[in-house]
Amino acid sequence: METLNFRFENGCRNIGPQAQLAGVVSSGNLEILIESTALNGACEVVVNTSAAGFGVTWRAVVTDFNLRWQLRDARLAINDMGATPAVVSLRLDQAAESVTQPPAKSEASV
Amino acid sequence: MTTPSRIWNTLQINRNQRLDRVRATLGTAISGKIVQAEQTCDLLHQVLDCGDRVCLEGNNQKQADFLSAALATLDPKRINNLHMLQSVLALPEHLDVFERGIASRLDFSFSGPQAARLAKLVSAGKINIGAIHTYLELFARYFVDLTPRVALIVAEAADRHGNLYTGPNTEDTPAIVEATAFKSGIVIVQVNKILDTLPRIDIPGDWVDYVILAPKPHYIEPLFTRDPAQISEIQVLMAMMAIKGIYAEYEVQRLNHGIGFDTAAIELLLPTYAASLGLKGKICKHWALNPHPALIPAIEAGFIESVHSFGSELGMEAYIRARPDIFFVGHDGSMRSNRALCQAAGHYACDMFIGSTLQIDLQGNSSTATLGRIAGFGGAPNMGADARGRRHASPAWLKAGQQARKGKNVIPRGQKLVVQIVETFREHMQPAFVDKLDAWELAEQANMAIPPVMIYGDDVTHILTEEGVANLLMCNTDEEREQAIRGVAGYTPVGMARDQRAVENLRDRGIILRAEDLGIDKRMATRDLLAAKNMKDLVRASGGLYAPPKQFRNW
Repeated sequence: METLNFRFENGCRNIGPQAQLAGVVSSGNLEILIESTALNGACEVVVNTSAAGFGVTWRAVVTDFNLRWQLRDARLAINDMGATPAVVSLRLDQAAESVTQPPAKSEASV
Repeated sequence: MTTPSRIWNTLQINRNQRLDRVRATLGTAISGKIVQAEQTCDLLHQVLDCGDRVCLEGNNQKQADFLSAALATLDPKRINNLHMLQSVLALPEHLDVFERGIASRLDFSFSGPQAARLAKLVSAGKINIGAIHTYLELFARYFVDLTPRVALIVAEAADRHGNLYTGPNTEDTPAIVEATAFKSGIVIVQVNKILDTLPRIDIPGDWVDYVILAPKPHYIEPLFTRDPAQISEIQVLMAMMAIKGIYAEYEVQRLNHGIGFDTAAIELLLPTYAASLGLKGKICKHWALNPHPALIPAIEAGFIESVHSFGSELGMEAYIRARPDIFFVGHDGSMRSNRALCQAAGHYACDMFIGSTLQIDLQGNSSTATLGRIAGFGGAPNMGADARGRRHASPAWLKAGQQARKGKNVIPRGQKLVVQIVETFREHMQPAFVDKLDAWELAEQANMAIPPVMIYGDDVTHILTEEGVANLLMCNTDEEREQAIRGVAGYTPVGMARDQRAVENLRDRGIILRAEDLGIDKRMATRDLLAAKNMKDLVRASGGLYAPPKQFRNW
């Protein structure tokens, strides 16, 4: 088990008040709880993962997610069971889409 | 003085000598062409000479398993140094003949299930590999410089005259028998049944020398069946991008799909997602493909007009029989497949091949070779290669050719679409994108002339991952091509090393397309889009005609 924390300041997109859950905890998958919290405009991501040693990849995936969405006052809690970056990105986007309007064409994808 | 005149029928003379030996040794154990199963080893000892080229019918699906087991028990002091010709090395006995010293040389195409053991035997010096071929290439050599002296084949049934009924799994049999029988070789067949009257004749009896009723039915593998329950949401997302970004874009009507869950997902999205885009009647009408069950919903929805097959697929017999407008069936109602002809069809008459792979390098070369395994190719390279001899036009072929030739002063011609569909990471976080293919090291280990590349980069037109579609046709330089590949390589080291600005430039030019660029809402990428979500749904879609093999039943 490994816990990773990420925080991105100065988000610009507000999310809805209702917390949402995306995905399931099963092998190769993950669940994401996304909720609105007063974080001084920041977006926080807390990752609990069964696969240790992928901190660099997580940082890249979560950083790109933040570039795509720039959520504000949002906390994402992730329980991961060895999902690939593809699955993580899809779940993150699904979680964000469930609490926002769709984003404009993103500037950077990776 | 006259010079001794040359003898022109040594092969016929030699054939007759072998037949005489059999007659003398087996005597009354032979009745017409029918040899008792207990006499199989005696028969083989008489028919074979050391050093013979022997074609053992080990196909993609059906296996001459009784004959291959018998061959592996021969006395290596009497029969040795055989040169084996085989489409597929699937069974342990296929390698036992080398381990026991009965055979020493091998020309083949695919060895998936035996790949690791084959690599060991090669490095131990027990097997001398002539070459690893594609199916069509190996069949072609049967008619040029690798003509079998003896063929050990398999059929469903025979009659007393040696006529053969193959049933739906005709597969490689016609190509093997034709090459052997018409060059004075000897054809021995194992059958499941001997009947007075066959449902139809697939191989004429005068091409067949000996018939053996095998003690149990031949082995057959449901190789192409994929349980929809195992299709992931990422595969659904990739299937959506394939349909919208490639199938619709090029109006692909004639195609071949590789084996796997990625393409099964596409088949299962035709009646749902593709139909919702108004693509019925515009894409995916004509197929060179095995009749696997994931096609059922699209056939029932009226998407698919015709399917010609390399082999059959276990459990699909009754469904095929009930859909003779779609499949190629005999007057008896069962399908006739033909691997050689279907490979030719896939190569020349299809506008697109799409399939998965294990590794892709920065030139787009794609390989399924991994260290310690000699797996071969099968048919993918015949499908996944531009047919340079093709001359007829179609919208998809023309559009691909125009994109490849834009801005170049060359005569117009089309090009086949060759699409590699992969997730950026395989299981255990193995990256699908690499700087250098494992094939290079394998070639060195196994002393191969060239690295075993499945699909060459200059044939690949598109690479599709969960991150998007890279259109390699529209890249103007090698550098652009490399960045286009990096640009869909996700978080693999190859993907992370991309030039961000170059990739965004390619995206602006439509060379890289993300899901959002294609107007695809990722929230829709759920398993709910699959026209069948499990095996039971496939049975239901077939109106109860599809009978899944028991390993696919959980009810």
